[in-house]
Amino acid sequence: MRGFFSQIWTVVVMNVLSLPRRLWMSLAAIFAVSVVVAVLLAFLAMAKGFEQTLAGTGTDRIAIITRTGSQSELNSSMSRDTVNLVATAPGIARDAGGDPVYSAELYVIVDGIKRSNQLKANIPMRGISPRGFGLREQLEIVEGRQFEPGRNEIVVGEGVLRQFEGFELGREIRFGKTNWEVVGVFSTGGSAFESELWADAPTVQSQFQRGSSFQTVRLRLETPGDVQPILEFVENDPQLILDVETEADFFANQGRALTGIAIFGWILSVVMGLGALAGALNTMYTSVAARAREIATLRAIGFSNISAFMGTLAESLLLSVLGGLAGAIAAWLFFDGFSASTLGASFTQVVFTFELTPELFRDGIVLAVAIGLIGGLFPAWRAARVPVVTAFQGGE
Amino acid sequence: MSDDILFDLRGISKKFVKGNDTITVFENLDMSIARGDFLAIMGPSGSGKTTLLNMLGGVDQPTSGEVVFDGKRVDTLSENQLAAWRANNVGFIFQFYNLMPMLNAERNVELPLLLTRLGRGQRKKNVAAALELVSLSDRAKHMPKELSGGQQQRVAIARALVSDPKLLLCDEPTGDLDRQTADEILEMLTLLNRDYGKTIIMVTHDPEAAKYAKRTVHLDKGEFVAKELAA
Repeated sequence: MRGFFSQIWTVVVMNVLSLPRRLWMSLAAIFAVSVVVAVLLAFLAMAKGFEQTLAGTGTDRIAIITRTGSQSELNSSMSRDTVNLVATAPGIARDAGGDPVYSAELYVIVDGIKRSNQLKANIPMRGISPRGFGLREQLEIVEGRQFEPGRNEIVVGEGVLRQFEGFELGREIRFGKTNWEVVGVFSTGGSAFESELWADAPTVQSQFQRGSSFQTVRLRLETPGDVQPILEFVENDPQLILDVETEADFFANQGRALTGIAIFGWILSVVMGLGALAGALNTMYTSVAARAREIATLRAIGFSNISAFMGTLAESLLLSVLGGLAGAIAAWLFFDGFSASTLGASFTQVVFTFELTPELFRDGIVLAVAIGLIGGLFPAWRAARVPVVTAFQGGE
Repeated sequence: MSDDILFDLRGISKKFVKGNDTITVFENLDMSIARGDFLAIMGPSGSGKTTLLNMLGGVDQPTSGEVVFDGKRVDTLSENQLAAWRANNVGFIFQFYNLMPMLNAERNVELPLLLTRLGRGQRKKNVAAALELVSLSDRAKHMPKELSGGQQQRVAIARALVSDPKLLLCDEPTGDLDRQTADEILEMLTLLNRDYGKTIIMVTHDPEAAKYAKRTVHLDKGEFVAKELAA
């Protein structure tokens, strides 16, 4: 048995030592696998980052109410009367004074210049009341102060500050015909709210000619996750044509379309992986052809054909794992923590950060190993079948 | 079979199928090789001498007939059984040396010992002894490309010897060497035969090389022709 393993180990070592003779071909195989893994990890990191941003945004302690069928905040609309009526529904948490804890909000779109490409992109601007601040978890004013009611003042999310130009503290920004001053920067721990600008709701209503209408109501639930009392209230009142969801469900639904990124990433990677597989097969067949006389000589000496098989398979695996690691490192260097933004469901930019988790690394290496195994299997079989008489043929 | 007989080939036939044609290399060939013999096999290209050597080395199988080595049939062994049989009984010396270019001389010589149960220390001793025998102790750490053709062939001889096989099979062992180096290699084979009792079977084109053998057989179209000469 010792002879069995030592001959396999010897052949593996010899194959690895002979790699410099096939340097460029081996590097090409490593490169092909690294590109596949890097692309896969970029997509998965993007999907993961987006998923985590949206997952961090919603909580089941808060419910969000939109007009039925609106699907996003932008398309929703409701009057002050509707808001007042909803606020009387059961199941809403109440503050110390016995008043329901809710925030009626507006959601308008403004332009910003993206730092990355100097192009205009949509940013959501939220008209919000001071009470609405209390309905965001982990909210913190990290610079400056909160806006003052009645004034053209905004506080900007950290994501906006990162991705867009001109939103630094103290700057004046023009939206339409009015100027707004940045008086503060807020953080919500990386959630999608950080992709927004916040201003006083009545001021936004007046400056954007929204009359007294709102788009959404956010409220704190008496029992986390339990929207049933409010739903029943809404269903029993024909005036109220509204959807009620927990915030967690709302954002999960919004994120669903974009988690398709991960599926797309896998499909693309598998297609590219087939290309890398063809490269690996070619490299390994060439390797077997180049080593045929060495393989046959070892067989003549008494080495088993299993050693030739394992040696070739190990070489293929080594090349692809090296490629996988190179791809994973490249993805980590270029993408981990990379801040990006994409269109959210309301045609606005959601800022998120690529997240390369250990699980994603594992996925990348698994893909590389799969390419190495499949790409090495057939050449290894050929290596095992090299006729021993080959040792007696040909010159140097 | 006499105890003096190492190899006995009985009624050997070897046929290849090529397209619709069947090519017969040997038909009902008989041959005996005594223990301690040094046999040269000569013959023109296509006479079957390499095929014969391959069958003796368990690298190729006869279509019919029996190959008996040391009283045991080897033509019925499986591929991996044959590999194990070769590891224990046969040392090969090739025309182009067939050293592993990525391993130094002593690592090349060590290869057959990796198939044995010997520990690292014993392997090292045996390798040193084999290299000593071919007068290459000072080149143990050299890579094949740093050695001359003659030195490479001596490393190959050390590799063939190191596991102490009964039989050395040489395929044109001096075919790639100049006359003087060829003579040195042939003298070494003679020494191994005479002083160490190795049975040597050597295929060669070179009548000068054949002179070193104890006897020479001539093959032509798969048959021995009556030119057997004493060296």
